[in-house]
Amino acid sequence: MSTITLRVNGSSHTLDVDPATPLLYVLRNDLGLQGPRFGCGLGQCGACTVIINGLAVRSCVTPVSSVRTEVTTLEGISQNGKLHPLQQAWIDEQVPQCGFCQNGQIMTAKAMLDKTPHPTDTQIRETMNNTICRCFSHYRIQTAIKRVVNKGIAEILPAAEKETLA
Amino acid sequence: MNTVPGIPQQIEEALITHRRGFLRSAGLFAVSVGVYGTAGIDEAVAQNAAAPQGPGPYPIPDFHQIDSWIVIHENNTATFYVGKTDPGQGTGTAFRQLMSDELDIAFDQTALIMGSTDITVDQVGSGGSTAIERDSLPMRRVAAEARRVLLGLASARLATPVEQLTVSNAVITARADPAKRVTYRELIAGKKFNVALPGGNINAINGRATLKLRPDFKYTGQSLQRDDIPAKVDGSLKWAVDVKLPGMVHARNVKPPFACAKLTGIDEASVKSLPGFIKVMSKGNYVAVVCEREEQAITAARALKTTWDKPATAPFPTSENLFDYMRTAALTAPYRPTTTGDPAAAFAGAAKTIEAEYQIPFQGHTSFAGAHALADPSNDQMTIYSNDMKTYGMRRGVATFLGMPQDRVRVVYMQGPQGFGRTAAEDAACEAAWIAQQLGRPVRIQWMRDEETAWDTKSPAFLVKMRGALDAGGRLTGYEYDARACDANHLGYNDPQTVLIAQLMGVTTAGPGGGSSSLPSDSYAIPSRKMSADVVGLPALWETPLRTGNLRDPNGPQSAFASESFIDEVAAAAKADPLEFRLKLLTASSEDDAAFHRARSIAVLKAAAKAYGWDTRPSPKPLGTGNILTGRGIAYTFRGNSMVAQIAEVEVNRQNGHVHAKRLVCAYDCGLAVNPDGLRHAAECGTLHGLSRALYEEVRFDNEKVTSRDWFSHPTLRHVDIPERLEVVLVNGDPNPERPDLPSYGAGEASLKPMLAAIANAIYDATGVRLRRVPFRDDRVLAALKAAGVARA
Repeated sequence: MSTITLRVNGSSHTLDVDPATPLLYVLRNDLGLQGPRFGCGLGQCGACTVIINGLAVRSCVTPVSSVRTEVTTLEGISQNGKLHPLQQAWIDEQVPQCGFCQNGQIMTAKAMLDKTPHPTDTQIRETMNNTICRCFSHYRIQTAIKRVVNKGIAEILPAAEKETLA
Repeated sequence: MNTVPGIPQQIEEALITHRRGFLRSAGLFAVSVGVYGTAGIDEAVAQNAAAPQGPGPYPIPDFHQIDSWIVIHENNTATFYVGKTDPGQGTGTAFRQLMSDELDIAFDQTALIMGSTDITVDQVGSGGSTAIERDSLPMRRVAAEARRVLLGLASARLATPVEQLTVSNAVITARADPAKRVTYRELIAGKKFNVALPGGNINAINGRATLKLRPDFKYTGQSLQRDDIPAKVDGSLKWAVDVKLPGMVHARNVKPPFACAKLTGIDEASVKSLPGFIKVMSKGNYVAVVCEREEQAITAARALKTTWDKPATAPFPTSENLFDYMRTAALTAPYRPTTTGDPAAAFAGAAKTIEAEYQIPFQGHTSFAGAHALADPSNDQMTIYSNDMKTYGMRRGVATFLGMPQDRVRVVYMQGPQGFGRTAAEDAACEAAWIAQQLGRPVRIQWMRDEETAWDTKSPAFLVKMRGALDAGGRLTGYEYDARACDANHLGYNDPQTVLIAQLMGVTTAGPGGGSSSLPSDSYAIPSRKMSADVVGLPALWETPLRTGNLRDPNGPQSAFASESFIDEVAAAAKADPLEFRLKLLTASSEDDAAFHRARSIAVLKAAAKAYGWDTRPSPKPLGTGNILTGRGIAYTFRGNSMVAQIAEVEVNRQNGHVHAKRLVCAYDCGLAVNPDGLRHAAECGTLHGLSRALYEEVRFDNEKVTSRDWFSHPTLRHVDIPERLEVVLVNGDPNPERPDLPSYGAGEASLKPMLAAIANAIYDATGVRLRRVPFRDDRVLAALKAAGVARA
């Protein structure tokens, strides 16, 4: 065991855990977060996805000691009580069935749109491709992402970028 | 909030999935309003769901009593309690719509709790797409009866005859004098109805009230948003995997390395010094490791050294040899063929005979996440937190397995990864419960990916031989269907003698369930038919990962793949358009049945063709010149009273054999749609599940173990595979479509059923190559294209 400091969704936490512990178990079992979930433990499905340094990261295969910067989980993407545009689009398009994978779908989509606000349909499919859904809600997932891309640009871009768009 | 006696309020509060809006309006949480993700709500819910269990015995709610189903609160809201589970297809929201209508209360002033054995009546849970078609009826009757009772109370209170009263949004008013009004709350909140509906079983209960008809529905038939979705996208929902109890420990299984393995040794020293190690739990061939922390249990289970003996004979053939094995395997109980007309004469007089054999492998349930359960053994009782669809059966199964009285066991239903039938969630519950009982501490267990993919229950493999007789006029006069399902060790639901842990412990005493096979479902008028549906078994029936169990329309996709591929082959032999050929077979008879199967079969086929823009011509189309060949295929079938026709448009790559579905149309007649968007969504997802099974899914094994162990070795449909267009057309093919009593039919499963054949038929249309072995993996398609001289380098 060793002392590790972790910054998650704007708060700092100091923990005494084995440094090799995958980040997922620390988030879920020590910090009580429920967004990232165990799906495969192999980095194949995406259920455990969090965002670190702007990248969608599979927390089930990420040792907690390797995390140097802020971790954002599903719980951390809404701001001031307002859902992230993707979360709102997920409700508007009624995306989930069981919903167990949707953390990975939303977080992977967010990391994509943060970097590429106007992805092509092909980019959406390819970026999302390793995020598995076994209820087969993929069609609505893609529709919801396109909804944000087409309608929600103003909400997800920084103010300066909005100016240039106008 | 007043609660029904026996309902732990903290559990009830945690189980309302759409708790944010409702609980706020019900005043249950004193937290700041309008702030999502506030610590206040999450902490309150976390604490509530983790409350230690109270002293038992746990009550079994009486389904006759209105009070077991409906509670009216002090703020004129209502909570409904139903014995169903909703793994995410929107039935919970639909139940609220139906019950709100019958009770005459605003939808947004209601909440629903499902499937927790000590607080909801036993409606089994979910399965068989019975939620709306059958199981919503007692809910509606109870709600209607509650409304009738409330009207009677209001009549006395307002001194006004019932027929002069009107109800809206839980307020009863005298028609003649709107000042004379009383709310449901004023009449009943804090009190019990104490009214029982007579009826010998839960589906037979009925009071004196009559159910509403279509013109009187306010919410039924509306695409209201599903109530469980917001908490699923903002991270606030508490799932079964999220429950934490004081003193809880983590267990992980150590599965036998091959089927029918006999445990010969455990080297506990190999894990004893690992951090957090508590105990190795073992009995017979069952082994698990328990540790303080989850990741410690995972590490220890992997590190534990065990030795095993191999069985004397191979437990099964390899997946590549499966169909050769099935072709000659002994039938468990030969099926007496269903014969109509004179098949022998039809074949003797045939101008042309068509024969084909279809092969569908084992396909996994392959839940998105490993099976899991949390078991709390405190107070000499057992509480299981589970996402299993059939919580009531789990209560009975766990009680029997542990040797506990049933009223000392309860199952709290919470959300989990998708469940489409008999999943390993049932095995996990018995494992957690047994370890918890032995250890005296709450135990959480979860299967790892390789365990889940290799050892979960499988959909049975099918081998179907078919023969058709065409007369000189191209009419199908004779038809033979001979199916063999590899299903002899089919597992029942929550059977305490056949859950995996029972098998491994050697306590299995029950014989194999026997399994089942299926005849095709169609309304084709074919003069002579001979059909049989047999079951065969693998050499090893127990302690094997190749165990079968119900998966979403258990035999339907297999039988429909054969029968609807075959009809297409016959149409091609008759040089007829595949749609026209089917319609001719359907219109060749005037016979019909109570559910209008034939009329509604025609309706869905026509609706699908219209939505797609079907071009009438025989298949295959002339071979294209490019590297990508395109084609369209159609298939139709039904499940119960739900009719479905699907059209697939595919691209087949001649160079690598890859098949991509560009466009899918699903025309679906489920009668009255309680929530049309919810139904459309269920059909979209079912259609894509069918596509996944058509293109990718197959359990592979050598002759001692399953070698499909993750998402690469048991592939599934991915985002790049999703059609550019996916259209669901809701059809009302009832001969009297406006009838006020139009029933709803089961919706969850049928949309999967014809898809495999639709894809095969589209591939044939594109290439002229008939694929009779599922799935249509690139390598198999390419080999078939090469054999036919259609492939390109």
